[in-house]
Amino acid sequence: MAERAFQISHRLGISAAVFIAALILSALVAVAMRAEGEFTMTPGDWAALRFTIWQAILSAFFSCLFAIPVARALARRRFVGRSLLITLLGAPFILPVIVAVLGLLAIFGRSGLLNDALRAFGFETVSVYGLLGVVLAHVFFNLPLATRLMLQGWRSVPAERFRLIAQLGMPPRMVFRLIEWPLILRIVPGAFALVFVICLTSFAVALTLGGGPRATTIELAIYQAFRFDFDLGRAAVLSLLQIVVAGGAAVLALWLIPQVSFGGGLDRMQARWDVRRGFQRGIDAGFIGAAALFLILPLAAITLSGLRGLGDVPLHVWGTAWTSLWVALVSVLALLVLALPLAGWIATTRCASVETVGLLGLAASPLMIGTGWFIIIFPFADPADWALGVTIVVNALMALPFALRILVPVMRETVQSYSRLTQALGVQGVRLWMWILLPRLRPQIGFAAGLTGALSVGDLGVIALFADPDRATLPLQMYRLMGSYRSEAAAGAALILLVLAFGLFWILDAWGRRHAIAE
Amino acid sequence: MLSLNKVLMCQGAFSLRANLTIEAGCKVAVIGPSGAGKSTLVNAICGFVAVAEGQVQLDGRDITQALPSKRDMAILFQDNNLFPHLSIAQNVGLGIRPAMRLSQTETAQISMALDRVGLAGFEDRKPGALSGGQQSRAALARALVQGKSWMVLDEPFAALGPALRVEMLDLVASVALETGAGVLMVTHSPDDARRLADQVIFVADGVANPPVVTAELLDNPPPALKAYLG
Repeated sequence: MAERAFQISHRLGISAAVFIAALILSALVAVAMRAEGEFTMTPGDWAALRFTIWQAILSAFFSCLFAIPVARALARRRFVGRSLLITLLGAPFILPVIVAVLGLLAIFGRSGLLNDALRAFGFETVSVYGLLGVVLAHVFFNLPLATRLMLQGWRSVPAERFRLIAQLGMPPRMVFRLIEWPLILRIVPGAFALVFVICLTSFAVALTLGGGPRATTIELAIYQAFRFDFDLGRAAVLSLLQIVVAGGAAVLALWLIPQVSFGGGLDRMQARWDVRRGFQRGIDAGFIGAAALFLILPLAAITLSGLRGLGDVPLHVWGTAWTSLWVALVSVLALLVLALPLAGWIATTRCASVETVGLLGLAASPLMIGTGWFIIIFPFADPADWALGVTIVVNALMALPFALRILVPVMRETVQSYSRLTQALGVQGVRLWMWILLPRLRPQIGFAAGLTGALSVGDLGVIALFADPDRATLPLQMYRLMGSYRSEAAAGAALILLVLAFGLFWILDAWGRRHAIAE
Repeated sequence: MLSLNKVLMCQGAFSLRANLTIEAGCKVAVIGPSGAGKSTLVNAICGFVAVAEGQVQLDGRDITQALPSKRDMAILFQDNNLFPHLSIAQNVGLGIRPAMRLSQTETAQISMALDRVGLAGFEDRKPGALSGGQQSRAALARALVQGKSWMVLDEPFAALGPALRVEMLDLVASVALETGAGVLMVTHSPDDARRLADQVIFVADGVANPPVVTAELLDNPPPALKAYLG
């Protein structure tokens, strides 16, 4: 009904978008100029390209394949700990990659639980390094994400549909054909695309579990050209390759990627009368149990070995924990300064394509931006001095797509419900933000801030390019400890990092939900 | 005096014409079939729907392009009249001036207005803790402190029961009497029109007809209105 635009000024949002575009484009230009005349691809580059795409396809395939039966089982069964398990499905998303890798090594590594068991029964042991390990880690992160997406799908089935099924006494096979299969067809392409894009720019997993000529992603190749050969030209060529691959995939995936709901409500159970007992129940129990073990075992292993190793953590590592904490907090501030005006703009503009601004963060890889900014800063100053600053900005940029997905729907709803009233009362400008928008969006702001804080505190990306021995964040320090085989100290550092990431998320999210108005 | 001079309002394919004048202080009901454009009419008067042709005048002043907050009108919508995260006092206070920190006199003014609509002592409650009728009263208290020369009501009591609705209509009438404000009310119910309104604007077939004295129109309805009333 309201024909006039809502009184949210678009100036701030447009400034934020311009700032983001400038940040990414300047890095791109710097990279392109540095790579001038060197656009040849070595066999190693082709191998990196092939591996990057192949591992992303496998990771997306297995994440979605296993997510289907797990989500189906979770949608059908009511059991003690169900809502806890569904909450736990959100944990890998905010779990620092390097911590998860350490946890996975404790289970699947050379002297992990799995290989101990294989040895005990006289079988060959398996090596988790290389393609297998990279895909395993990616499935660990993305199976829960895919499962949550599928659960959303199951929840979208009207309750009446299940009553009708019970009334007609349909067997599970019919339910699958009539309801579940169309559902899967609808959701899987989007989930696959999302996981594929996320895995394309994977760095920390490849750094720790990959490597060598057969298991190097483009992102890792940029890092190696940079750190080991200090060949800025090659790093620049690889960065261009990366942005073509990741950017292209992100644009393609734009049409497929679903609305990701990060909020609660997924643990609510729909009443089901079909599939009560018997064979079906056994299958469901098997999948739920396997998924739960796959999630919980690595986390438990980190916690246990971390507690043992806490005493071995050197004092300077505790110092980097402090650095990581304030870097994360400044990242959160930077994110909010960018995301809130952008969300206001996106929610009130009629130009739908504006929403893609937020996806730039997904398309541009952190190491590409890092390389570009290194090239820009290098002639004028010591890039190591800028390590933390660039890390802060890049972390905020990487969290932006998720933050916008969280903020924009509520912003839109607030605008729809209250635009006429605020106009009639003449509430606008700073007052509109302070009294109406920020209080209304408080739970979402807290949630987005928590995600950003956790992602930022655990990030091992740009910092690895820039840092010198004196400047490091906790994830980088932990990686160095792992590299020098100080596994007790690394486990202790992992526990500190885990507590920081989950603690930051929990505190910021709880702040948002405190005083949330029950309506 | 509120006048619409050869006004054309368009919303997509739908268009509505109006050429009419409402006397100051008059209580006018807007009735007509669903989808005839009752809400479009009041939304255009309030400044939420752009006017394609013609002029809207308030006491001789052209307000066609004025912002909704600059039109000397207090508005009650069907729902979402109160901000759920603000207290009742803050919600009413927004009508005095859009500032959160109010002076003592203003706070007293809010309490008096709440007392007037039967919500004494509700200052610190949140809208969620109030019933539907109480929420309407709180919105009415805000209209009271706004002290505008027109009150525009877009079916604000449609969700209330019959007895409560009558009560609210009487409250609107007495608030209007107190402030000397004119009332423009969209309604579905001829009974509501009879109870509150001096005059009725009948909207049908893309035209908002000039106001006619309520009893006259409802007792001898033209064919289109007869069809609507059934």
